[in-house]
Amino acid sequence: MTVTTNLSLTEDRIWQLLEEVSDPEVPVLSILDLGIVRGVRLEGDEVHVTITPTYSGCPAMNTIATDIRLRLLAEGITRLHIHNQLSPAWTTAWMSEAGKQKLEAYGIAPPQDATGHVLNLFGQEPVLRCPHCQSTNTRLVSQFGSTACKAHYQCNDCLEPFDYFKCH
Amino acid sequence: MQETHTIVVPDVSAEVRQQLLAFVLQLADTSLILAHRLSEWCGHGPILEQDLAMANISLDLLGEARSYYQYAAELEGRGRTEDDLAYLRSAVEYRNPLLVEQPNGDFAHTIVRQFLYDAFHYHLLLQLQAGPDQQLAAIAEKSVKEAAYHVKWSAEWIIRLGDGTDESRRRVEAAITALWRYSGELTTPSATEQALQQAGFVPDYAAIQQQIDEHVTRVFAEATLPVPQGVFMQKGGKTGRHSEHLGYLLAELQYLQRTYPGLTW
Ligand SMILES: [Zn+2]
Repeated sequence: MTVTTNLSLTEDRIWQLLEEVSDPEVPVLSILDLGIVRGVRLEGDEVHVTITPTYSGCPAMNTIATDIRLRLLAEGITRLHIHNQLSPAWTTAWMSEAGKQKLEAYGIAPPQDATGHVLNLFGQEPVLRCPHCQSTNTRLVSQFGSTACKAHYQCNDCLEPFDYFKCH
Repeated sequence: MQETHTIVVPDVSAEVRQQLLAFVLQLADTSLILAHRLSEWCGHGPILEQDLAMANISLDLLGEARSYYQYAAELEGRGRTEDDLAYLRSAVEYRNPLLVEQPNGDFAHTIVRQFLYDAFHYHLLLQLQAGPDQQLAAIAEKSVKEAAYHVKWSAEWIIRLGDGTDESRRRVEAAITALWRYSGELTTPSATEQALQQAGFVPDYAAIQQQIDEHVTRVFAEATLPVPQGVFMQKGGKTGRHSEHLGYLLAELQYLQRTYPGLTW
């Protein structure tokens, strides 16, 4: 086997490749839309990618690391180091506007800025638009939904349940 | 493992490093044991949404436990991994407080156990994230956002149960009577924690207890529940003296690695 060094490789190119890696739980979003790639560094022919988990127990992190590795490997990048970073802690504020639009089109209400203190009890939930019929007459069913990052809502008009990518 | 976790170990004496290791293991064990208890509800919750809620909280705690175990493995520096620390230590080596190993009981017992722990957990993480240990601060910064959702969930259920029906009130009162005695251990520093408080690595528990008291009093008032007074507090878990329940729990949690050592997916 001959090892070829990819001379044209740039950090911009790596970012482009990472844009093609999707989140395994919300495949409509790329890992860049989600804001979990915190840095890309090219040192000679060694590539360093720093990622951060959305939630502590996010079971997708290993899959995401594998997917990054496979995508870059397809470009001939073998000397890859993936660093897992906890701080600064991931926040939905890092989600791209394009990501939010893709989420809503996919049927998941995108994160809204939280109103009030996080510990406020009962009835302090943001007003959400139903991603199916656009009605804002919706209600929280449960703060905990199908994955760690989502809450469970229902539309009072079309009666469809929907996920809300909760503010974090 | 294909990712590397950048873990910064503080520059301290060998003695303080040992104490830090013991404290980080205590945090890890506490999150893991409570995560396991909550996972026992999976498929048995009173309604689907709450089944999911408990599984979600369990997963958050499991993720937090992993971060602590990874850090503990680094502090120990003897080549043991996060898995070795979770799966291959016996009950007397576990350092979780007694509260989190208590059985699930009915939903009210699970909620009271969760709320008493969540109130402590949230206020502890707020302090740790501002503490001098970079790695603990990073884990706390991450986990406190999740812990805020947990304590909101369990507080709302305390209120629903306390200010609900005669049946729900009877059950939540019975759960408070059974579990309150385990709440004191959370903020009663062990010898290790006292030493680390002196060194500045563990926050002042008296101040945290005050924040917990305010939090619990506010929620219990809303729930129309009296706050128990003058209860004798049990302790022991943080020094390895556990109730009989932990052995059974670990028998299940560790079954696979004990039966087939080194087994991987
Ligand atoms: Zn609708």
